[in-house]
Amino acid sequence: MMKILIVDDEPGIVMSLEFLMKKEGYQVYIARDGAEALDIIHQEQPQLVLLDIMMPSVDGYEVCRQVKGSDLLRQTKIVFLSAKSKESDIEKGLSYGADLYLTKPFSTRNLMAKVQELTA
Amino acid sequence: MNSGWVVTVSVMYLGLLFGIAYWAERSHRTRRWVSNPWVYSLSLGVYCSAWAYYGSVGRAFTNGVEFLSTYLGPTLTAPLWWIILRKIIRICKVQRIATLSDFVASRYGKSANLGALVAFFCLIGIVPYISLQLKAISTSFAVLAELPRTEELTSDLTLYLAIGLGIFVMLFGTRKIEATEQHEGMVTAIAAESLVKMVAFLFVGIYVTFGVFNGFGDIFTQASHKPALRKLFTIDPNGGYGTWFWHVLLSTLNILLLPRQFQVSVVENTDERHLNRAIWTFPLYMMVINLFVLPIAFGGALLFQNQTVNADNYVLAIPLYFDKEWLALITYLGGFSAATGMVIVETIALSTMLSNSVLMPYVLTQPTLRRKIGPNLGRFLIGARRISILLLLVAAYLYYSKLAGRYPLVSIGQVSFTAVAQLAPAVLGGIFWKQGNRYGATVGLILGFSVWFYTLVIPMLAEAGFFPLSLNTVGPWGIELLKPSALFGLEGFDRISHALFWSLSINVLSYVLLSIRLPQTSMEHNQAILFVDIFKYSEVIESSTIWRGTAYIPDLQSLLSQFFGKERTTQLLERFANENEINLNWQRASPQLVNYAENLLAGVIGSASARLMVASVTLEEKISVDEVVEILKESQELILTNRQLRQHQAELERATTQLRQANEQMIRTDRLKDDFLTTVTHELRTPITSIKALSEILQDNPELDMEQRDQFLSTIIRESDRLTRLISQVLDLEKYESGKHFLRTETVQLAEVIQEAVEAVHQLALEKDVQLEVSLTEPLPPLQADRDKLMQVLINLLSNAIKYTERGKGLIQVLLRRSGDQYVLTVADNGPGIASDYQQLIFDKFYQAENQTIRKPKGSGLGLAITKKIIELHHGSISVESQPGSGARFTVQIPLLKEVRAEH
Repeated sequence: MMKILIVDDEPGIVMSLEFLMKKEGYQVYIARDGAEALDIIHQEQPQLVLLDIMMPSVDGYEVCRQVKGSDLLRQTKIVFLSAKSKESDIEKGLSYGADLYLTKPFSTRNLMAKVQELTA
Repeated sequence: MNSGWVVTVSVMYLGLLFGIAYWAERSHRTRRWVSNPWVYSLSLGVYCSAWAYYGSVGRAFTNGVEFLSTYLGPTLTAPLWWIILRKIIRICKVQRIATLSDFVASRYGKSANLGALVAFFCLIGIVPYISLQLKAISTSFAVLAELPRTEELTSDLTLYLAIGLGIFVMLFGTRKIEATEQHEGMVTAIAAESLVKMVAFLFVGIYVTFGVFNGFGDIFTQASHKPALRKLFTIDPNGGYGTWFWHVLLSTLNILLLPRQFQVSVVENTDERHLNRAIWTFPLYMMVINLFVLPIAFGGALLFQNQTVNADNYVLAIPLYFDKEWLALITYLGGFSAATGMVIVETIALSTMLSNSVLMPYVLTQPTLRRKIGPNLGRFLIGARRISILLLLVAAYLYYSKLAGRYPLVSIGQVSFTAVAQLAPAVLGGIFWKQGNRYGATVGLILGFSVWFYTLVIPMLAEAGFFPLSLNTVGPWGIELLKPSALFGLEGFDRISHALFWSLSINVLSYVLLSIRLPQTSMEHNQAILFVDIFKYSEVIESSTIWRGTAYIPDLQSLLSQFFGKERTTQLLERFANENEINLNWQRASPQLVNYAENLLAGVIGSASARLMVASVTLEEKISVDEVVEILKESQELILTNRQLRQHQAELERATTQLRQANEQMIRTDRLKDDFLTTVTHELRTPITSIKALSEILQDNPELDMEQRDQFLSTIIRESDRLTRLISQVLDLEKYESGKHFLRTETVQLAEVIQEAVEAVHQLALEKDVQLEVSLTEPLPPLQADRDKLMQVLINLLSNAIKYTERGKGLIQVLLRRSGDQYVLTVADNGPGIASDYQQLIFDKFYQAENQTIRKPKGSGLGLAITKKIIELHHGSISVESQPGSGARFTVQIPLLKEVRAEH
């Protein structure tokens, strides 16, 4: 079963993402901040991470940088889901090696299509 | 008293004087306190010489209150010093003038002849005056030592004294070659002497008035019973008022023109502002020192009715009569200091005059003589000054031993005064009347002086037996009209008034008429403008150069090094070169440099000699009078233009700075606004994201079970509420910030509000298992405040505290107390605390805006910003203290009785 990690500190968003991913049949892990996220990634090695940027302690950019910088974890797909919508923020996210950058609020239908694409 | 004892004391006193001067010279180098207005004012007291000290009593004895005329002149005209003396001081500083003779010479076209003339007349007029001081010392010495006759022993003593004083003047008066430099040591010693003589005179005055007699009333009552003394109380109406006028005029002119006064008030002046002090302290000094003149004169007259005691000696004779030897000694020292002070300053002034206005111009025009002297003119000059000092004192001594013994103190003093008054037209006319010229000044001086000589000196010489006495009684060759004491039949004046009237009238008349009639040279005209309009031009003079011709730098260099030495000359020239961006390697000297060199020389040898020296090494071209005025005008305009330019530049710079600041402020505001928008947008996106995602899920999944639907829907509602709250908070804050928000005040019990707020967050606290402790120590007076807003503040602080404490371990303490006229409310938690960097920032809206990736859990980021605004509207303040790891304590202070802004 495909493993997906949701990293966000907003309960409403986590709730919706968890529902959507489970419905598609993924195994879902949830982290509330960057540090927790890195732990899970190392432990479970999920295929895809839905990553928020603004979080206490380690932020999303840092998580992405570490994952994409590691030989072992490089294959992990990373999708940024962030309220930061400026061009510069998006470029920064992609420069760290993220596979996709979606701004909040996102369309669930679009998100699902992209996730399926990436995990295919 | 033993005469050896008196000699010892005198020598000790002179030693003290040396000590003071030496110490002042030394300490002057480290501290500038020596040049202060008090020392300056006291040094003016050199005006009161031995003539004043002893002679005033003598004069009061013969002429009554008339002696006061000597002091009334300076006292009445002291305020005018601000106009006259300040002008003279400024002129001398700018033109580097160190003597009266140089002042006159410089004003009338740097005329060496005129300078020599003035110096010569001063010498003739003043040497008797110096010898008068020697006489006063020796007479007082004789009285004190109770010697039967004055001449024998004291004659030698006087010579030694003259030599001692000469050494003092050489040591402290000729240290520096620049005559314009101040002699701090000498001035301090003179100031000290002024104090000594005043105190000594007060001592003897108090003793006579209150010790010998029973106060002023007693003396005057006793004196008024004696017909001979009674007339001294009043002014004789027959010609008496005329006498007063002339005598007051005489002293008025002398306080400005006596060489020693010129020395202390002009040359030794370090700051024009010192005049402000002197204008009132110096008249006060004269008043104090004259307070007891009449009592002593009357006291002496009453005590020595049938004895032949000279009234000049009453100050000494009275203490001695009562065997108060110590008092007599103090009195003697007072007189001694009055005499020595005068001799010292007068000798310096006269010797500089002699060397600069007589000797130097002569040497400079004698090539053979100059060759003999060699290249070091500086050393020659100092030597010349020292010899002049000795010569002067020897001359004074000779005059004393041959002539002075025969006259009372007062007559010689007044004769000198009248001679010095002859300088008045040339000096005063010179600083106020541009047209005054050298012919007028020269002829006026010569005629005035001749009349003085004829009306005052000839009769004295005749009385001394140098001329037949008939000259005085019937006139020369029996011509009545030429009688020295009643020239052209003018009678009814005393000798001094008579002489002053004629000499000054003829002097002024010649000065004015010849000045109007004859033309000025360009140099004269130039100097006339610079003197009369000194305050207008004093800053221009340095920069404008009225000189045209050819000069070479090496010539000027060798000229200067004759006085300053090689090293100092190089220094001086380099400084000038630096300031004026001149290359000293150029051979041709610029007019500015020529001017500068001449100015430097003028400070040493006087302007006339300096002119001669510079002329000897340069090839000058004539400049017409019109050109002079043109040059001065141009430089003045240049200075004005420069100043305006500088002003404009400064204004421009100011404007630029303001503009830049405004721009920076705008950029900052703009960025803050931008940040704010970004943050608000971001904060809005978060709940909208949840709402949108959950709504889409609900739409796409109709098969969802009831429970899940319910969960999603209540989340949607909660997030919508959050959205609404956020929007209203943003709007709220905007209202606070733009000042549109007002309070709805009512009488509020703060304790009640706290209770209600605690109840409102009770549920939240329970959920997180947080302990809430509230202590409201004492019943407090009610507060005029907006209850709802205060509630908002409290809920915000409490919910923040709950939010940040750890589940199950939280402890929140709320404390309300009163401190002075303040309510103090603290809300303390035991959460993680706030790093010191953030303690200020948390009260800013969206403080995380500066560091976007760190966000505090929950909350809009506006709560504390709004809290702070509300508290500020209540005239209060909020602050936080926190040690990271051990909780945070928020403190709110609200004043008790402050009126708060009511809602419109």
